[in-house]
Amino acid sequence: MTIPTDNNPKFQAYAHPEAIVSTEWLAANLGTPGLVVVESDEDVLLYEVGHIVGAVKIDWHTDLNDPVVRDYIDGRAFQSLMNRHGISRDDTIVIYGDNKNWWATYALWVFTLFGHPDVRLVDGGREKWIAEGRELTTDVATPAPKDYPLVVRNDENIRAFRDDVVAHLGKPLIDVRSPEEYTGERTHMPNYPQEGALRGGHIPGAASVPWARAVAEDGTYKSRAELEALYLGEAGLEKGDDVIAYCRIGERSSHSWFALKYLLGFETVRNYDGSWTEWGSLVRAPIATGAEPGHV
Amino acid sequence: MTDSTPPGLVDTREGFLELDERSRLEFLLEFANDLPPLPAHYAEHEDELERVEECQSPVFIIVDVVDDVVTVHATAPLEAPTTRGFASILVHGLTGLTSQQVLACPDDFPLTLGLTKIVSPLRLRGLSGMLWRIKRQVTEKSNAA
Repeated sequence: MTIPTDNNPKFQAYAHPEAIVSTEWLAANLGTPGLVVVESDEDVLLYEVGHIVGAVKIDWHTDLNDPVVRDYIDGRAFQSLMNRHGISRDDTIVIYGDNKNWWATYALWVFTLFGHPDVRLVDGGREKWIAEGRELTTDVATPAPKDYPLVVRNDENIRAFRDDVVAHLGKPLIDVRSPEEYTGERTHMPNYPQEGALRGGHIPGAASVPWARAVAEDGTYKSRAELEALYLGEAGLEKGDDVIAYCRIGERSSHSWFALKYLLGFETVRNYDGSWTEWGSLVRAPIATGAEPGHV
Repeated sequence: MTDSTPPGLVDTREGFLELDERSRLEFLLEFANDLPPLPAHYAEHEDELERVEECQSPVFIIVDVVDDVVTVHATAPLEAPTTRGFASILVHGLTGLTSQQVLACPDDFPLTLGLTKIVSPLRLRGLSGMLWRIKRQVTEKSNAA
């Protein structure tokens, strides 16, 4: 890696400290050649309100999703997206966003599908940057176009499809939705009725660990010890487990995927982006209701 | 078929459609910055406002109908500019109209603004949700009058 990692002591305890940086680190490294800052938000206009100097905007709906098929963009569209935003394959990308980095981790997961070698997350995201009174600008970055290679998206290692989940039944699953969605009281997240499903409940055997339990009040990830207590202690995962995380459309579970993969070091963690909007509407898919994981 | 879209909203639509896509976002941001604050009597009683559940961000609306003239009020957080922009379009475009004019506004108005591609259909459902909740409140309140 050309740009040094953040040697913040909290990060050193994580399995992959190179995958995360602090707001302090970012402030100190802004403007370093080869560093590209990406903002990825839930709100499509938030970047326009103000963003970190030099940051480019990548939107999960309009940039990362295929406009027709329920899928992510292909290699050609990713290449064009990177070139438009002045990103080279050997650049260090740091991503931050609103809502405790929901969409930032989702973008990071998509960047990982394309195997971008060095992508890091800004711990605490946009809210922390603003809370610390750090500088924002409304000047839209206009980087010079680059020559990003055509890379075929590789879904195999970190993405699970519904047939993968069927084959995985009986092995560890983490449901990161709210307790009401897990038990089946609700078929959608509070305030997100447009992303509903026909049935409520969870995939049988899934442990409930709502995504936000992985972060502190200020939106930063909890310490390694706290995360271990949560995922290994409470949720019963064991070192070396093959894990699939899911939520409603795959964004909240990207946030948990990041914690499991880079902070706790699980080698095989996949995000099931079809998630509940697919499983909860799938004919004859097994479903468990109530607070217990249930049996396959 | 004649277009029953209220004149203010027709102007808004034309304003969006004559711009290129990046400028449309800036125009939406202008609306977001131009959402009037709630009048004091509602600001102190936000519990009387109706939450628009279709929006991802917390946005609340309330409609007054006095002598058949509609006034729309809305509030949404500063960190949710898209939602504020949507609310502002409707506050400016529907306030001052008769209940009949508001109810005649086509339900697909949000999809005609040229924002589907740059804002996404999912997010535009928030605007649709606001419109139909406003129309429902207008129906209730003009019937009660």
